[in-house]
Amino acid sequence: MSFAAVNLQLLDGFKTTCMLFFVTLIAAIPLGLVVAFFSMSKFKPLQLLSRFFVWVIRGTPLMLQVMVVFYGPGLMFGMKSFPREEAVCIAFIINYAVYFSEIYRGGIESIPRGQYEAGQVLGMKKSQVFFKVVLLQVIKRIVPPMSNEIITLVKDTSLARVIAVGELVKAAQDIINTRGLIWPLFYTAVFYLIFCGGLTLIFSRIEKKLDYFRG
Amino acid sequence: MAILEVNGLRKSFGNVEVLKDISFSLEKGKVLSLIGSSGSGKTTLLRCITSLEKADAGTIIVNGETVFDASQKKADSSKERRRKQLAVGLVFQSFNLFPQYTALKNITLAAELAAKDNPQFKFSKKEILRDIEEKGRALLAQVGLSDKADSYPWQLSGGQQQRVSIARALCMDPKILFFDEPTSALDPELTGEILKVIQQLAQKHMTMVIVTHEMSFARQVSDEVIFMDAGVIAAEGRPEEIFDSPENSRLREFLNKFTD
Repeated sequence: MSFAAVNLQLLDGFKTTCMLFFVTLIAAIPLGLVVAFFSMSKFKPLQLLSRFFVWVIRGTPLMLQVMVVFYGPGLMFGMKSFPREEAVCIAFIINYAVYFSEIYRGGIESIPRGQYEAGQVLGMKKSQVFFKVVLLQVIKRIVPPMSNEIITLVKDTSLARVIAVGELVKAAQDIINTRGLIWPLFYTAVFYLIFCGGLTLIFSRIEKKLDYFRG
Repeated sequence: MAILEVNGLRKSFGNVEVLKDISFSLEKGKVLSLIGSSGSGKTTLLRCITSLEKADAGTIIVNGETVFDASQKKADSSKERRRKQLAVGLVFQSFNLFPQYTALKNITLAAELAAKDNPQFKFSKKEILRDIEEKGRALLAQVGLSDKADSYPWQLSGGQQQRVSIARALCMDPKILFFDEPTSALDPELTGEILKVIQQLAQKHMTMVIVTHEMSFARQVSDEVIFMDAGVIAAEGRPEEIFDSPENSRLREFLNKFTD
């Protein structure tokens, strides 16, 4: 099997990896904010429910969650199962939204009360205080933990193979099984390294961009 | 006519009554200093009048309008609340400048946001924003920081930050400006510049209420002084009466701590 053919086959898996990565990111970033607001809600039942949910999702393996979403509906409720790709996306979105929500919550709660009070005495609306005063400060504070989490997501996508979704590692494993070649498995690392390297560059750019203020 | 009237204000945190039936009034253009030891309720009183805390009982009237009435059942609409809020300005002990904005933008931000509610804003956006910027620059000049318009808060000294925050409060044209220990977070050598700004405002007949531990300054700048002790007004009067011939024994005790 030629180098080019291996590349083509791995690229096919990498496409699925990328799909899973971007779909998770795009959905979990806003969904995490909703979960964060629920966890900070002054309405106790909602807050407790949200924190319980966070506890369950953070306290169980992502691999288990992927399996539950894929096998659960069919075996537990006799419903039609989700297609593999969809099931894995759902599990990843929920899992990452919960992790993001805790990062957001930490960021929002770390903003001194004086910032809100200053906005209030200047007659700003609550939404103006959040969007014009607090938000950018929160973003600056959460960029480092978010980049950490997002880089973890790149590698977590390999868990999708537990329900036989053809992502990058699965593609390499298929080559082992059909051709008896081991080196493509190691070669997948190059894909991950380049992907994460790119992300690292983007995040350090963002950090630099927000370097003009402190606080 | 009194521009500020506080009647029967009470405030408790849990079981601790911090303000016990506080009443006083202040004439337009006068400067009032609130003195007293920590925990006497000065800052809570200030925070109640500026709506950062909700008092349990009493009324607050600013410029003839009731801005707070504990017996009022229905909460004000958000718009109404913000309008009443703007009757008073507040300068914080810890400045609370917005770190991501320049000194000038710190001053003009709230005015710019408020201008969006003006029905004329769509048609003459440029002019309105230009006017606000001019006002911001004038205020910067007034506090002696014209050259710092484009500096961010972290690039300014504590004294400069506090002067920006005074200009920021002035930009909303408050009827009364409140100061919550404006020099307490500053190095001693920087307090002078803040006191000078306050003095200039007093000369312009800005009505001000100042919570302070700077006794000599309170004496110099105030028209009236209130001494608070354990949640009540223990003594009030002209600065001479308070500082030269204190009749209240707690006040004498308090002032003695400053003469050591």
